[in-house]
Amino acid sequence: MTSMNAPLLASSALYPPPALSFDGVTFSHEEKVLLGPCSFTLDGTGPTLIMGPNGAGKSLLLRLAHGLLSPTQGQVSWSSEGSPRQAMVFQQPVLLRRSAVANLIHALSVNNVPRRARAKLAFDALERFGLAACSDTPARVLSGGQQQRLALARAWVLSPQVLFLDEPTSALDPAAIKAVEAAVREFHKRGTRIVMTTHDLHQARRLAGDVLFLSGGKVREHTPAETFFNTPVSREAQAFVAGELVD
Amino acid sequence: MENNAFYVALSLLLNFDAALYQIVALSLQVSLLAVLIAAVLGFPLGAAVALWRFPGRGGVIVVLNALMGLPPVVAGLMVYLLLSRAGPLGELGFLFTPGAMVIAQVVLVLPILAALSRQKVEEMLGEYREQFVSLGMSRARMMPTLLWDARFALLTVLLAGFGRASAEVGAVMMVGGNIDGVTRVMTTAIVLETGKGNLPLALGLGIVLLTLVMLINAGAYLVGELTRRRTG
Repeated sequence: MTSMNAPLLASSALYPPPALSFDGVTFSHEEKVLLGPCSFTLDGTGPTLIMGPNGAGKSLLLRLAHGLLSPTQGQVSWSSEGSPRQAMVFQQPVLLRRSAVANLIHALSVNNVPRRARAKLAFDALERFGLAACSDTPARVLSGGQQQRLALARAWVLSPQVLFLDEPTSALDPAAIKAVEAAVREFHKRGTRIVMTTHDLHQARRLAGDVLFLSGGKVREHTPAETFFNTPVSREAQAFVAGELVD
Repeated sequence: MENNAFYVALSLLLNFDAALYQIVALSLQVSLLAVLIAAVLGFPLGAAVALWRFPGRGGVIVVLNALMGLPPVVAGLMVYLLLSRAGPLGELGFLFTPGAMVIAQVVLVLPILAALSRQKVEEMLGEYREQFVSLGMSRARMMPTLLWDARFALLTVLLAGFGRASAEVGAVMMVGGNIDGVTRVMTTAIVLETGKGNLPLALGLGIVLLTLVMLINAGAYLVGELTRRRTG
């Protein structure tokens, strides 16, 4: 478990975000190939939406890209020197058994942000994500939508160059989904590379710059969002966009 | 009336019986200090076993779990041999002092705190692991975070350890010697009074001991509940 985050700078030129490349990446578990081989490069402005049916390998791909898993074969590489600063927001936010603000301060502390600077950064982020009123509330008694916003705020304080989101809205109601999507746009505006999985076509239409479509553990296509939704090439993607049940 | 244990217990307490208060104070001092030392050593040890993978880890877990049931007299014997005049630490002249009793109780309580905290921390790590790796945390950095987040579970573990320490008689008897005014604690006093046939006094002491343990547990429960409600 080596540190995968480069040192956190107080203010940093985030743009352009580093490009992510998969080169023949395969992930197997007990002799069974679950993903790949995959080769692609994410170097556009994004956001990149990873789509595909359940079990296509979306979450796996995200974890390989973020470094939570190591590929069985092939290479995951960045255009930057070393790994860029990155954060991930999970489907079920993992929050510490502390107050909302203490969760952010903890994230800052493990990233070696000086003690004096932590509280201000944390409160600014809470404010930005509409959580200022519940800064002292235990994180785990917040509503589902608030918890996911807190997870986004925690990512925000780390000023990541790349943000991974794994189905961040799948357990949320429409109002909370809207807030999460607004937050994702804020990250994008700041110049963060966004890589997000979703199985919701409508959400993908609202957010996507480009789409990486997976099915059966393989990348079926990687095209600009426009192309993907209007003229998908692969048979699987055509069926998926048409709303058929793909497996 | 004088033969009623409750009456004896109550009159001992209400008359501020000096000998009784000394025994109670020593019991508390020895057990609380032992639990404190065992916690400082045992919690990080348990968390470390939960966090790191190393050869023989399974063996360490089995030994810790097994030592939870270590018979107090065996622990007493080990500490006795260690501290006796001819033993490796005989020079210290620790035998038959409260210090020896603390050491014996640490030996008894440490495995409980280490084994149970290992279990609690490992459970919590399963839940937190991906987020921790995502945050770029080293295992060493995960340890204080996990111990703090497991604080409510660890409070209960601490109480289990204190229960073992305060209820124990065999080890403190062997290494303390039950010397009146020096190393006599509640459990050894109860054994002595029972042996002398002074059953009401023995029972009275038993009631005081039980009440103390109850009070400490109730206090810890209240503190736990209040903080839990505040921090979720």
